[in-house]
Amino acid sequence: MAHVGAPWAQRLGLALLLLALLVTPPFLPPYLLTLLTQTLIYAILAMSLDLTLGYTGLASLGHAAYLGLGAYSVGILATRWGAGFWMALLVGIALATAVAAVFGLVALRATGVYFLMITLALGMVVWGLANRWVSLTRGDNGISPVPRPVLGLPWSFGRALPFYYLALVGFVLALVVLRVIVRSPFGATLIGIRESESRMRTLGYHVWLHKYLAFVISGAVGGFAGVLWAYYNGFVTPSDLDLSVSIEVLLMVALGGRGTLLGPALGAGVIVLLKNLVSVYTQRWLLILGLVYVGTIRYAPEGIAGALMQWRRWMQRARAA
Amino acid sequence: MTPVLSLTRVSKSFGGLAALSDVSLSVGPGERRAIIGPNGAGKTTLFSLISGEALPSGGEILLFGRDVTRLAPHRRAALGLARTYQITNLFPRLTAFANCVLAAQALRPMKLHPHRDLRRYPEVLHRAGEVLAAVGLAGKADATVQDLSHGEQRQLEIALAIAGTPRLLLLDEPTAGLSPAESTTMTTLLKGLDPSITLLVIEHDMDVAFALTDRITVLHYGKVVADGLRHEVTANPLVQEIYLGVA
Ligand SMILES: Nc1ncnc2c1ncn2[C@@H]1O[C@H](COP(=O)(O)OP(=O)(O)O)[C@@H](O)[C@H]1O
Ligand SMILES: [Mg+2]
Repeated sequence: MAHVGAPWAQRLGLALLLLALLVTPPFLPPYLLTLLTQTLIYAILAMSLDLTLGYTGLASLGHAAYLGLGAYSVGILATRWGAGFWMALLVGIALATAVAAVFGLVALRATGVYFLMITLALGMVVWGLANRWVSLTRGDNGISPVPRPVLGLPWSFGRALPFYYLALVGFVLALVVLRVIVRSPFGATLIGIRESESRMRTLGYHVWLHKYLAFVISGAVGGFAGVLWAYYNGFVTPSDLDLSVSIEVLLMVALGGRGTLLGPALGAGVIVLLKNLVSVYTQRWLLILGLVYVGTIRYAPEGIAGALMQWRRWMQRARAA
Repeated sequence: MTPVLSLTRVSKSFGGLAALSDVSLSVGPGERRAIIGPNGAGKTTLFSLISGEALPSGGEILLFGRDVTRLAPHRRAALGLARTYQITNLFPRLTAFANCVLAAQALRPMKLHPHRDLRRYPEVLHRAGEVLAAVGLAGKADATVQDLSHGEQRQLEIALAIAGTPRLLLLDEPTAGLSPAESTTMTTLLKGLDPSITLLVIEHDMDVAFALTDRITVLHYGKVVADGLRHEVTANPLVQEIYLGVA
């Protein structure tokens, strides 16, 4: 609804980005291709969080739970029952949706920082299950190896490049679905709730229901990211749904620009890159995330996307003057 | 005829403070009523109880003949109730037009559609443009709320409230913070509202109150101390003493 700038400029930018994502990978060194694949999967997760955090104004600290639920669905189904891609995908998304539907009932009784704390606690419950329910999850050891999916196509997804394109298809799918939602009448209500919950209520909106639906959709898309993540990594461990993952996703959204979808996808790229660059000093990772957060708040409170828009507005004004 | 609004011995306390005590009130269809009283008298609290944003500590509230005492705010809006706020309550980072779109779709089932672009609902867009024009903001459609003057924001408040074609409209100090000129514009705007809308107006400016309404209810320390036609209320010695300052 709050379209900024000329739509054609936005569409052109989006088209160029997709074109680049489509044609450059065969020429990339393997390491970069790996990072790009990770980015696409994390971008799905970040965009799913953006629906609640950016559009609805609900800051959650338990979003890694949905990534974990999708990932463990794949891990367990593929290794124990030899389930195929479509079955694992279906169960992964369904499980994440169902858990989000239950968690939403609990978390949405609160607002603000209390909502944040409850989502944090619920995320820890799922993390705890992954650790303790050893007979199902193999606890700390995790589940491996998870075989790469076989889709009956002429390419083997065991190879990096075909799998990249699979992740790209997933990313575009998630982007299209979320974009349609945020531009719909329902999407507009989420923005309205972010801007003034009390006004929405007296206008006649069942605010709780709209928040709840956004929360569940967000969880479902998060589960989808988890399914791809498990296939990509080839293993699933409790660290996939660690608190630090929830913090990373929150930062991807804040850094990229809340309420812009593509911004958080960009944020995913920055965080993934940063994480791999400093992976030598993993024990400092949380500290670095904290610094990125402070830097974002200080220099780009609306994130990279917000800063770009600000810059464009400034250029337009300069040209007009 | 069934009253549009009827309150029976309604009370509200915040902790130990009795913001409203035993307020009874009946408003008939098409009536235009002013609520006056000093700051802290409980006027805004009364509106919040009627809109459902706060629940009464005691008493009963009927809207259009239906008991709504504990009904959620959005359900009351669906019955035909709308309100504005004393402290401007809009969607600050959205355009004036987008504000009206949110108001125009609020009571339509399509508000839950997740699959079609909002711009493909001509009836909603049309209604948004209509109410924007009705409050004199047609030229400001693309301005964000933050870029509107205080007076324009107050006008937008009215646009949001009438977008759902309410039967009962609660206006909380519509001229709060307006210059005399803006206040006149607002009064003219409010006088031009569909006469079938029942109107309850909290107003500090007596000239505005008299211009818009014929009946007046006076609140003082959470109690109704006078209720009647304008000349009856202004002749009331208690009212003169506590409110008009003519002792
Ligand atoms: N949410 C609240 N919590 C505590 N006290 C409140 C609250 N809302 C209003 N009050 C108190 O109730 C009294 C009536 O307030 P209000 O209805 O806003 O008065 P008015 O609109 O007539 O100026 C005041 O003393 C105010 O401080
Ligand atoms: Mg007040």
